[in-house]
Amino acid sequence: MSDDMMEQIKKLCPKTRVKTDKRSGDVEFLCDRASTPRVCQCLAEDHDFQFAGLVVEERKEWELNYIFSGVTPNGRAVVKTKAPLDDREFESVSVLVHAADWHEREAEDLFGLVFKGHPRLGDFILHDDVWQEGVEPMRRAFKPETALSSREPRDGWRPRKIVDVPGGFIMPIGPVFSGDAESVHFQLETIGEEVMYAFPRLFFKYRGVEKIVEGRSAEDALLLVERFAGTTAFSHALAFSMAVERLAKADIPERAKFLRVFLAELERFRSHLSTINAICASTGLAVGASQTAILEEKALRISGALTGHRYLFGLAALGGLTRDFDKIALHTALDGVADVLDEAGRVENLLVNTSSFLDRLEEVGAIERDQAVLHGLVGPVARASGYLRDLRETQPYAAYDKCGFKSVGEVEGDGYARLRVLFREIERSVEMMKRVVAELPDGPCYSPVSFAKGAAFAGVETPRGAAWHWVRMDKNGKIERCRLATPSFTNWHGFHLAAENFAFQDFPIILATFGLSVAENDR
Amino acid sequence: MSGWIIKGLKSGVVSTHYPDGGENAQGVSPGLPSPAGGVGVDTPIGRCPTSALKAKDGGAALDKFRCVHCHRCDRNVEPTIPWDSSYEWAEKRGKTPELPKAFQRSTHIRVLDAGDCGACLNEMKLLNNPFYNMHRLGFFITPTPRQADLLVVLGPVADHMKTALLKAYEAMPAPKKVMSVGTCSATGGVFEDGFMTSTKLEDIIPVDVVVPGCPPPPLAILHGLLLVTGREDEIRSDATARPAADSSGKEAGDA
Ligand code: SF4
Repeated sequence: MSDDMMEQIKKLCPKTRVKTDKRSGDVEFLCDRASTPRVCQCLAEDHDFQFAGLVVEERKEWELNYIFSGVTPNGRAVVKTKAPLDDREFESVSVLVHAADWHEREAEDLFGLVFKGHPRLGDFILHDDVWQEGVEPMRRAFKPETALSSREPRDGWRPRKIVDVPGGFIMPIGPVFSGDAESVHFQLETIGEEVMYAFPRLFFKYRGVEKIVEGRSAEDALLLVERFAGTTAFSHALAFSMAVERLAKADIPERAKFLRVFLAELERFRSHLSTINAICASTGLAVGASQTAILEEKALRISGALTGHRYLFGLAALGGLTRDFDKIALHTALDGVADVLDEAGRVENLLVNTSSFLDRLEEVGAIERDQAVLHGLVGPVARASGYLRDLRETQPYAAYDKCGFKSVGEVEGDGYARLRVLFREIERSVEMMKRVVAELPDGPCYSPVSFAKGAAFAGVETPRGAAWHWVRMDKNGKIERCRLATPSFTNWHGFHLAAENFAFQDFPIILATFGLSVAENDR
Repeated sequence: MSGWIIKGLKSGVVSTHYPDGGENAQGVSPGLPSPAGGVGVDTPIGRCPTSALKAKDGGAALDKFRCVHCHRCDRNVEPTIPWDSSYEWAEKRGKTPELPKAFQRSTHIRVLDAGDCGACLNEMKLLNNPFYNMHRLGFFITPTPRQADLLVVLGPVADHMKTALLKAYEAMPAPKKVMSVGTCSATGGVFEDGFMTSTKLEDIIPVDVVVPGCPPPPLAILHGLLLVTGREDEIRSDATARPAADSSGKEAGDA
């Protein structure tokens, strides 16, 4: 951390206590409540830190941790603030750092905290028409096994009306809509063909994963962490494992680190193909959709044949991987993905020469770079807007530093730019897999982890962008707090940027080019 | 445009033979533990996190509706439970009358995500792809429950989705069928003890066929679709005979 940054922070909050973790280089700033927003703002605006997530912990006191991710390998910072348990009022950070907006809304809803100055609180994760007012499920006092009195759905929630123009109305879509879409509700504010704004109402699929894992062993928690967002299961299992391993100060065998890169890239390869397929389908390009669906299925079969599971469940372990792979199997998989990549290249060639397809993507759902930065967007969506953040490059984990990873991006920020980023990234993924197979060291791919008490967090660049997992374990090796900050949560927050003043028929296309998961957001 | 036609033609016919014959391609299914016989398997039974494996007659028995393919019973454990590479996992439940003949050959499906992780839904989506091509068997996805003969529900039924689920079910015209897809909607799966989810779909609406799997691969869902529409006689008996596969790989410790 630079000296002038330290100085600046000292000026903003003279009583700041700075703690640097020797092993990881992470820096923690313990600030008072009043100056926390300004310190966060200083990191975000003056020092190029990206807000990564808010972790609220109810311990002897309230502890709020605003996590920031920088551009250097040691670039993780936590701004921490505390308050007595009977005092739930905090200054809102999101007034100054907009990316924290939804994290504070969530904390208000699930912990009952109050964020002074926050413009919009209330019905968010817990839907007012189902959940009992005043019950905060993430509080210590709430026991999951306690049956709630009002579990029967009742009518209550009504959409807000904002459009105030003659003929203006809100068109509701979902939560059950389209052929095979995930459950989410949208309000399109429209005066007919033209839609002015589109707001998602999420958390229909809230399953309370972060609460359910409390009190469980890390190994049991891993099962859920792997299965709350099944299309990116391995990446999340990896982030969770890495957090636990950091806490235990465990060294993971080199071979496991390389194989983790292989599997994570295989997952990205398949996930991106799935998004590309969804984009083709959303534009009504039938042949393109079926051709890319063939590629997705091939990638799934390669994954299944190599690992025993099409979605790579059951592979990540605390301390490495649950199984090893022999050379022949890895080469077979690699040949398979290389063939699929060739095919994908041919499909891309056809796509970029199909003007009716391009017309529907170009200039559709565009996001400017400064908006992407303001909302702290992540993943291919951010990179397509020229916001080139990729944890594989900025804070390499596993064996990415040894594989020479370089991120790719575009600048236009529209649907077409997002599609191109996806195509470039699957090329990179195959490159990475090749590097792994060429340089794979011998040795074990697992070494047991002895659990330690305390908290740690880790970030992984999942297919949809950066995910941050925070884990606190108690002295019995049980999870005390687990926080899953996911890229879909981050990017849904910015979805409305791409869905402003567009023609109604473009809505599915904008959705598809965002490539978001509702399950990953809802948790 | 002509490029697309050539591309389409070049791909040729890739559709699976199932149900006219078995599908033996690699990676179409994760398979299931098949603990036939075996003694002294207490250790792997003890490692099963969902109680899918239970002790029986000195050996182990599998409740496939609880298994989440976590491989804790065959990796880094001694002895190991053997696995098969099956996919015909669906079972009939309800006693509702069969769909009239006219609906059996052309079935319209409303897919309802009641809180799934995305994997079940993706496998369901893939039934539309050329490999599985469920249209050839007369299965069509419809956006409206009012035109649906069959409701396919995925996920552990999150509390927030209950109203939508009940409304969709009620909006369907009779005769209607319901199929539950995935371990989560069968038994709660890993969300069994959750406070925001129902334990199983059968507690909420009548269910005709249950397809387990975490997630069930497309072929398993297709098997369920044939059962729920009363078309099991179309499954050729040799389609079910499949060899056991070695999905366990090497022990993580060696290499
Ligand atoms: S795979 Fe996992 S859930 Fe299934 S039987 Fe084995 S240990 Fe149990």
